[in-house]
Amino acid sequence: MSDYKVVPGPEAFLPPAAAQMGIALPDPGEGHIEGRIVPEDEAIEYAARKLLAAKVPTIFPGPLVLWHWNDKAAKKAACIREIADALPARLIPMADYRPKYPKIDAAVEINPNHPNLTIWHNKIDVCIFVGVHCHQANLALKIIRGGTDCYTIALCAQAGHEDACLSLRDVNPDTLNKLTACIKKLKSEGVKSEAEPFEQFKFSRENRKPAYLS
Amino acid sequence: MNKPVDFQKRELKGYSNVQIGEKSKYKDTQTYTDPSFLFNEAEATPAFMTGSEVIREAIKRANIDLSVAYPITPQSEAAALIGELYAEGYMGDYFRGENEFGVMSQCAGAAFGGARVFTTTAGPGTLRAFENFPMWSGARLPIQVCVTMRGVNSPLSIQPDTMEAYFLLETGMLVWHAETAQDLFDWILKGYIVAEMPDVHLPIAVCCDGFFVTHTKDTVVLPDEKYCLPPYDPYRSPVPCMDMECPPVRMMRDPFVMKSNYISYMTQASWQLEVRAAIERSRKHTKALIGDLIECENTDNEIVMIASGTAVSQSREAIRLLGLEGINVGLIKIKTLRPFPHEEITEALKNAKKIFVPEFNVAGWLAREIRAVIPNNERVVCGPHVAGGMTMPSEVIADEIKKAMGMKVSGMTARG
Repeated sequence: MSDYKVVPGPEAFLPPAAAQMGIALPDPGEGHIEGRIVPEDEAIEYAARKLLAAKVPTIFPGPLVLWHWNDKAAKKAACIREIADALPARLIPMADYRPKYPKIDAAVEINPNHPNLTIWHNKIDVCIFVGVHCHQANLALKIIRGGTDCYTIALCAQAGHEDACLSLRDVNPDTLNKLTACIKKLKSEGVKSEAEPFEQFKFSRENRKPAYLS
Repeated sequence: MNKPVDFQKRELKGYSNVQIGEKSKYKDTQTYTDPSFLFNEAEATPAFMTGSEVIREAIKRANIDLSVAYPITPQSEAAALIGELYAEGYMGDYFRGENEFGVMSQCAGAAFGGARVFTTTAGPGTLRAFENFPMWSGARLPIQVCVTMRGVNSPLSIQPDTMEAYFLLETGMLVWHAETAQDLFDWILKGYIVAEMPDVHLPIAVCCDGFFVTHTKDTVVLPDEKYCLPPYDPYRSPVPCMDMECPPVRMMRDPFVMKSNYISYMTQASWQLEVRAAIERSRKHTKALIGDLIECENTDNEIVMIASGTAVSQSREAIRLLGLEGINVGLIKIKTLRPFPHEEITEALKNAKKIFVPEFNVAGWLAREIRAVIPNNERVVCGPHVAGGMTMPSEVIADEIKKAMGMKVSGMTARG
């Protein structure tokens, strides 16, 4: 197996794709922690501990869960909100994939082509990607590893992401609920959330204009 | 090194959009069949047919949505035979493109919309179409193109000349090289399974040597034609499917990253790495379907030949001829050129003292690929190789090895 570890950066001017460094994706029922294949439950608990220990834990929901394009998407969105509440964690959406540099409002959105701007601006130390198309997620995960020290967690509905520091595959509402349950269990056992106080951002046409218009 | 593959337990079925056993939406005499069953257990009978006919038989069972053709002369019959399949109701659509570039662009359009697409190409037509191939990869379109390789240069030829495969190596596509008509049949079907995996999702070129495979007859074992692959599920794609009815499409599919700043450079570079990463991910799916990426015979010998395509068959016969003279030679058949089986080749060649690379092209590119990945690469002899448009008799391969051993050879030029 490979000696390469998928750990937070800043790693390189151009970090390699983890797959090219010999990191393989988990099979069904498994996850990976920093490139090491583990049972799914172990990865879930490790993710929960990482998120609780973070100062600025943040969830990046992508288009596949932001839009009610089928019932499963809506269900997942509700589960993701429960994770955010249980931690607590910020929710910063990745609404689409168009590059927005330099006009992006990094306080309230993330973009796969320059995700580092959002990480840096909000000082995010642990994040979750969920509902992002796999190609776009891998693009963003590599860029984040290249230039930031953020610990990345990818909750993937397909085969998982070796470019994340931790990844689960075949993620469905049940998997998301498992993560929520694990967070609550750890908290009941005395593990405290280290998250700094914050106010959950809410998109509203009335109250907020994009930064570049203000 | 990638994770070891459990051939027995690996799940091949990646389809949630239909039920196995449902009737095909195109041909009601066919049913969607679990790929593991289709490849391993379905009742099958031998048939004697040309490579072009074998392509037709594979596509009959591939449940494709669309094929675009631009047959020119000289050509294989494959595209025309697929047209007959369309007339018989085996696919959703089939038409002739304006030219080779048009064909590949039209294939892209269909794949963007979520169709399973097949086309064929060869020779100069491949080069005319070429701009599309890296675009397919960058856009993560799992189109399959069967490349019936022949000469790309002038004067034209229908003899095998593997330069097309060489040019395809860095397009970001999966590139497999079939030796026989049976390989070709199996790999066209299995190629779709690998190419459409969400973690791979790349175009695939299933290459074979023109004339030797396409125009000659061989025995091929075919599963019953009542079976077909389940349809492609575009909603498992790693990029948004262009479905105008569903909200995620209301975004630009691929970013415009031509701005001159670090952010744009980084996006472009990471994008390219992701395509290469997807090729790496294909290894474990490929091994589960076609076995190891190389096949080894007697590689503990000091002399080993390594080849792909019909050069493997020619080498096998050369090894038999050399064996008659008491010279023992090993053989490695390379099945996939991308992903390139560098670790497998390095391991298989660890004891070889002299390595010969017979090739049907003027460049000797496979020898260069091997030299680039193995230690002590002075062991590699770049040849024998012919310059395209010319056959490479087994005796020529055997003579090359005997010459390297300091033995006398008779030569073939006097045969006329």
